[in-house]
Amino acid sequence: MNVPLLDIAHARSGDKGDTANVGVIARRPEWYPLLVRYLTRDRVVAHFRGVIEGPVERFELPNLKALNFLLHGALDGGGTLSLKTDAQGKVFSTAMLRMILDVPDDEAKAAGIPGATQWRTYSRSPKE
Amino acid sequence: MSTRDSNRIVRVASGQGFWGDWLEAPRRQVEGGPVDYLMLDYLAEVTMSILQKQKARDPHMGYARDFVGAIESVLPAIVERGVRVIANAGGVNPPACAAAIRQLAERHGAAGKMRIGVVTGDDLLPRLDELIAHGHTLANMETGEPLSTVREHVLSANAYIGSVPIVEALAKGANVVITGRSTDTALTMAPLRHEFGWRDDDWDRLAAGIVAGHIIECGAQCSGGNCLIDWQEIPDLANVGYPIVEGSADGSFVIAKHPNTGGRITVPSVTEQLVYEMGDPHSYITPDVVADFTSIQLEQVGDDRVRVFGIKGRPPTDKLKVSVAYQAGYKAIGTLVYAWPDALAKAELADRVLRQRLDRLGLKFDRILTEFLGASATHGPLAGPPHDPPEVQLRFGVRGGDRAAVERFTREIAPLVLNGPPSVTGFAGGRPKVEEIVAYWPALIDKGVVRTSVEVLA
Repeated sequence: MNVPLLDIAHARSGDKGDTANVGVIARRPEWYPLLVRYLTRDRVVAHFRGVIEGPVERFELPNLKALNFLLHGALDGGGTLSLKTDAQGKVFSTAMLRMILDVPDDEAKAAGIPGATQWRTYSRSPKE
Repeated sequence: MSTRDSNRIVRVASGQGFWGDWLEAPRRQVEGGPVDYLMLDYLAEVTMSILQKQKARDPHMGYARDFVGAIESVLPAIVERGVRVIANAGGVNPPACAAAIRQLAERHGAAGKMRIGVVTGDDLLPRLDELIAHGHTLANMETGEPLSTVREHVLSANAYIGSVPIVEALAKGANVVITGRSTDTALTMAPLRHEFGWRDDDWDRLAAGIVAGHIIECGAQCSGGNCLIDWQEIPDLANVGYPIVEGSADGSFVIAKHPNTGGRITVPSVTEQLVYEMGDPHSYITPDVVADFTSIQLEQVGDDRVRVFGIKGRPPTDKLKVSVAYQAGYKAIGTLVYAWPDALAKAELADRVLRQRLDRLGLKFDRILTEFLGASATHGPLAGPPHDPPEVQLRFGVRGGDRAAVERFTREIAPLVLNGPPSVTGFAGGRPKVEEIVAYWPALIDKGVVRTSVEVLA
C-alpha cells in the first residue's frame, strides 16, 4: 500500500551551518514502527537526490516516536552565505513529508492505517 | 531535599525567542499569571558580528537594544513583585547594556530596587592572536581549517558559556542578569539550578534544565507557533501564549502557558520543538552537561500542559564551543515576477538571458543560484512541475569576493523589464542591494582558557 508520509507523520526542520535537520514524528505511537522500518536512510538519500550534496545521518528516538535526519550539504553553504530562499532549512520538513512509503497491506492494516489510501501526488514519483 | 522543596514550583517564562521576536511577549508573560523568572533569548549566530560592528562605531553600543524596551515594559513586575529577568541581551558589550538598564531604572525612580548582574568573559576577540599564538587553532568544526586562514577577516569571536556565572549572579542577589554569548539553554537552566541548589555533578537534573531551556528558547514555537500538526485547528494565534516552565526540585517540569491565551501545548507541539535544530539526540552538548534526548518522556497532564520527566545527563566535555564571525565576500539577490500564460517558461528564459549577459561581461562569482518561486524554490525537483501558475517569481542570486562584480550584477535586473521576456512585473523594489556577507565559523576551545566574571551593580 502506498502510504503518504504526510498522513502518518508530522515534522519540523532547522539548520546547523550547511546541514539541515529534519525531525519526523509519528502522528500515532503505533505508527512509529512503520517509520523505523520504512523511512530508512537509503530511502531519504534517494528522496533528496539532486536536492542535497552531502551524506544523510539517521537517529531513532523511540521515546518521542520520532526519527531525526541530518541532511549535510543542504543549504548552499548555510546561514548568511546561502543564496537560497530557505537558507535555514525551515521547510525541509515538508519536503520530507512528500515521500510515499511502500508498506505491505497487512502491516498497514495491523497498524490501523485507514483504508486503501489512494496515492496522492505529493512528489515527483512514488518510488523515487 | 526539604519537604518544602519537594512541593515547590519555580516558574520560568519565555518572553523572547530571538532578537526581533514579538515585542508584546515579555509584558504578557509577567502580567498574565504568576511567574518567578522571565527568560529572554536575543542572540543568534550572526547577531554577535552585527553587534561587534556597532560597538566599533560607538563603544556604548554592541548589545540588543530591544532589551531596554522589554525591561521598561516589565519594570513594575521586577520592582514590585520580585520577578527576576535573565537575558543574553549583553551581546558583545554586557557592561554597556547594564548601564543602559541602570539609566532606565533611574528615569523611573526604580534604581534602588534594581540589582543588575553582569556576566563577562565570553568575548575572545581581544585575545584571539594570543590564543592562536599559544596553539589554539580554533579549527572550523565542519571543514577542519584553522582559523588563521581567515584571521584578518574575523569580526567577532565568542565562547558559548554555561549556567555557572548566571547562578553566581543570582546568588549575589541580582534581579536582572545580563550575559553575552551564554548558551540559550543556560538562561533557563540557571534559575532552576539556583532555586533548587542542584549540584555541579547532578547530571540528570542539570540535563533536565537544559531540555527545559531547549523547549522554551524559541518562544511560541512549542506552544502553537510554526506548529505543523493540525495547524488549522490551533486556536487564536493572534493571542498566542508563550511557554512557561513549571520546574520541580527533582528535575521534572511542566510546559504550560497562561490562561486565556491562544496557541496550544500538546505532546506533539512540544515534540516538534524538541526535534528542532537537533543533531545527535544522544549527545546534546552544553558547557554544563551532555543531555540525552532519547531519555525524555512526555505526558499530557491537562489542557495545554505537558509534563516532561525521566531525563538523563552525563558529564560535559572539556571544550567550549566558540562562535566566530568573519567577513566572507558579498552577495546580491534580484527578483522579477512573470505572469500567466507560461509564467515559468518566461522566468526560465529570463534566467538564461541574464546568465549570458553576465558571462559576456566577464563577471566572476563563486556562486550563482536561480530559484523560481511558485514552482520549485523551497522543494526543488521534489515538487514536480507546477500546474499553470498565475505567476512565478524569478529569484536570481550571486555571491563572490569581488564587490565590483556583485555591484555590476545589480544593474542587470531592471533592463530585463523592457529587453527580456514579456508579462513581467514586480520590480518596484528597485535595484538589488549589495550585502556584505558575515559568515559563521564554529570552533572549539579548551574550557580552562575561558574565564568568566560576574559583577552585581547595586
